[in-house]
Amino acid sequence: MGLLSLAIWTPICFGVVLLALGRDDQARTVRWVALIGAVVSFLVTLPLYEGFKLGTAAMQFVENTTWISRFNVNYHLGVDGISFWFVLLTAFINVVIVIAGWEVITRRVNQYMGAFLILSGLMIGVFCTLDGMLFYVFFEATLIPMYLIIGIWGGPNKIYAAFKFFLYTLLGSLLTLVALIFLYTKSGGSFDIALWHKLPLDGTTQTLLFFAFFAAFAVKVPMWPVHTWLPDVHVEAPTGGSAVLAAIMLKLGAYGFLRFSLPIAPDAAREWAWLMIALSLIAVIYVGLVAMVQKDMKKLVAYSSVAHMGFVTLGFFIFNDLGVAGGIVQMISHGFVSAAMFLSIGVLYDRVHSREIAAYGGVVNTMPKFTAFALFFAMANCGLPGTAGFVGEWMVILGAVKANFWLGFAAASALIFGAAYTLWMFKRVYLGPVANKHVKELLDISSREFLVMVLLAAAVLYMGVYPKPFTDVMQTSVTELLKHVALSKLN
Amino acid sequence: MIDKLSWISVYPEIILLVMGCVIALADLAVNSARRTATYVMTLLTLGVVACLQASYASSGVTLYGFGNMVVSDQMGDWLKCFATVAVMVTLVYGRPYAADRTMLRGGELFSLGIFSLLGMFVMISGNNFLVIYLGLELLTLASYALVALRRDNGVATEAAMKYFVLGALASGFLLYGMSMMYGATGSLDINSVFKAINSGQIRHQVLIFGLVFIVAGLAFKLGVVPFHMWIPDVYQGAPTAVTLLIGGAPKLAAFAIMIRLLVEGMLPLALDWQQMLLVLSVGSLIIGNLAAIAQTNLKRMLAFSTISHMGFVLLGMMSGVVNGNINSAANAYSSSMFYVVTYVLTTLASFGVILLLAREGFESEEIADFAGLNQRSPLYAAVMAICLFSLAGIPPMVGFYAKLSVLQALIASGQTFQIGLAVFAVAMSLIGAFFYLRVVKVMYFDQPITASTVSAPLDVRVVLSINGALVLILGLVPGGLMVLCANAVVQMLGT
Repeated sequence: MGLLSLAIWTPICFGVVLLALGRDDQARTVRWVALIGAVVSFLVTLPLYEGFKLGTAAMQFVENTTWISRFNVNYHLGVDGISFWFVLLTAFINVVIVIAGWEVITRRVNQYMGAFLILSGLMIGVFCTLDGMLFYVFFEATLIPMYLIIGIWGGPNKIYAAFKFFLYTLLGSLLTLVALIFLYTKSGGSFDIALWHKLPLDGTTQTLLFFAFFAAFAVKVPMWPVHTWLPDVHVEAPTGGSAVLAAIMLKLGAYGFLRFSLPIAPDAAREWAWLMIALSLIAVIYVGLVAMVQKDMKKLVAYSSVAHMGFVTLGFFIFNDLGVAGGIVQMISHGFVSAAMFLSIGVLYDRVHSREIAAYGGVVNTMPKFTAFALFFAMANCGLPGTAGFVGEWMVILGAVKANFWLGFAAASALIFGAAYTLWMFKRVYLGPVANKHVKELLDISSREFLVMVLLAAAVLYMGVYPKPFTDVMQTSVTELLKHVALSKLN
Repeated sequence: MIDKLSWISVYPEIILLVMGCVIALADLAVNSARRTATYVMTLLTLGVVACLQASYASSGVTLYGFGNMVVSDQMGDWLKCFATVAVMVTLVYGRPYAADRTMLRGGELFSLGIFSLLGMFVMISGNNFLVIYLGLELLTLASYALVALRRDNGVATEAAMKYFVLGALASGFLLYGMSMMYGATGSLDINSVFKAINSGQIRHQVLIFGLVFIVAGLAFKLGVVPFHMWIPDVYQGAPTAVTLLIGGAPKLAAFAIMIRLLVEGMLPLALDWQQMLLVLSVGSLIIGNLAAIAQTNLKRMLAFSTISHMGFVLLGMMSGVVNGNINSAANAYSSSMFYVVTYVLTTLASFGVILLLAREGFESEEIADFAGLNQRSPLYAAVMAICLFSLAGIPPMVGFYAKLSVLQALIASGQTFQIGLAVFAVAMSLIGAFFYLRVVKVMYFDQPITASTVSAPLDVRVVLSINGALVLILGLVPGGLMVLCANAVVQMLGT
């Protein structure tokens, strides 16, 4: 069994065991089994880092066996510089989520932990697979655990949110299914993504394929104007669900652009880049402004996620090294930062049971340790140098300036909005005098919460100070991808 | 003198016939409330027949018997094997339910079940219009009686009447169409009919006239729009165990006669019947999915979902012949066969859960009755959820691959129209996803009305767990069943 298979199936197996054996009266055992499962799942991804060869754009750790011979579907796994970090990121976030849900979840603990472990395995599967059908299976299968997570452990309006999440994303991906089957037929009966990259296609076909993929990936990212599901879902989802959604699930869409849209339909991608850039800029600027007026903390962070993902898609569609690499770095850093932001809100929500900004004020007086972390994460969310948030945005803006000065200018100005809404929220929630008796009675974070915060803060800081390991890994793959996209596939 | 091979090809039918009579007689001596002796005898019979059919199917030999009246080919043998297993599973799920509802005062459930299976066998192996018709009548007559098994229940009796009247009408259609065909081609033998049509010397109008009636009769039996009206009423009105007996295995037989009549008998008319099926299938997808949203009764909802799924099966039948080219036919028909088989598997498990939750004096057929099932019994909630996700076509459940293979057959034809049809089907399955998800929501997100745990006899628990697991496992490794269907259809087309 290869390392990637191990990374995918270890959490899923632990998850299934939890579902089968756990009961609520053994919650303690269940939590420990879940933690062991998550840690083991993370540990099995570490040899990937050891073994990953830099300087090649070829797929590594490749596994390839026949899965469904009738349709020539293969169990074909492999990672390159683009997908590599997401495997580790997913496994890492999974550990954090298990710790963060430790005492917070009291009902049906085994199903909660099991769902997250299975979800993490499925998402790693999405990043690793090199077969179109296998990709789709993993991509869609992630909907089931997330739907249950939102619906069972979510807030008051959880049912609306769960349905909106499921149907909205299903709508997008069903068109992609048609596109995948079309490519299968067109390529003479193969689901091999690498083969599709080389397949010559005429202009109209490329455009249709591009938009069929766009339907799935833009909804998942989410790009303006199909982002409306995200705030609703984030608000109602449990803290862990929000964190995984923002940290990993949104990246499935962005990753899809790099793996499918750009290389399979490069001519259409170049032709429609103006539209993608326009949508991304709207996401960055307009949604940034929308974020500023939110009264609900989770909604604010959700809109800020849309804005940050706007930087990612902007980077992808300016077609230069800095932009694309910056987009990927931004995806990773947003994975850490958004998870941290949502988990911070979770810490407050567990104590006061409100997400309204107005329900807080002066938290720094009662929770100084926590506020220090919150400040750090807020800074990372604004993109302050020295934090992970800075690296990706800076690279994308540089790339944009290279492509067109005014494009870079517009993107850079958006940073101001990012700083504005984050810091303004921080000021209203944490600073000032103690606002009410709930805030007065707040207890500072426990050692478990401290652990969660430290893990994420360390990652954010490390990536901000020393991003080289991240950019080194992706460099060659990004260059190769751009070379490929620059070539026309029209015959 | 009837040769030995003829007898071999109908051994399973003979066993069923003899054992059906023996069990009906032996049951007179049984007086336990749950009819354990009859039940065991029935299961043994079906088990033997299923093994026999599986061995026939895996030998891969095609036998024609009794002067070409019946055929035993790979496709038929597998379908018969699956139908036998489906009836077996139905009886396992249905016995406790029937015992609680005075349906086991006699052993009719078992003996009529065997006779309805015999009807399906005759339908599947019939190679002659009349034999197929006989099989169909045997199946439906047994079903009418089964629906009315709770004779003092008004709803069930009403359903039986509706089923009988409409079913008789449909049989009339079919028989009328067959007689037109006979008049035009001078033969009832399917192979001869094929040759006669293929010769091109028969007036097209006459053939089309007969074809319309045959397709209408088939559509009735499959339950596709606009011949679907009986499905919701009968599904809802019949005792749930009988609903499963009607809604499960017979779909396999209906599929078989569709293949025998339309493909083996009238492939040269494919362009004509494809257009008819197109209308039926599009209508079914629309009505089935939209009407299901409005239902509060789970059995009724599943009835509408059946309609939409049969629409999908017809979609697969439609992509076989493109511009007179039959190369993609095997691909398309095997996708339909795979769809039907997996659909039956999923239906068995979902009705199994409904039957399991029903208690004495409580039907558990409203969607609301499933509230909070996850808290009462995580296992059965999981089985039901797996089935519903499978019906909605979400990977990695087996229902996804069924949809995938049908869509693939459509898109492989390379016609813009067919691709548009695939997009339409996909859009409809999105609507479908909504009402399946709603049941999942009720089971997982709502609070239970009763805290009572769910109890079931050991045999039901074991079979239901295996059944539910299969829906998931076949989703993880669907290759084997797909190849099996493909080989069976290729062999059928080759002869």
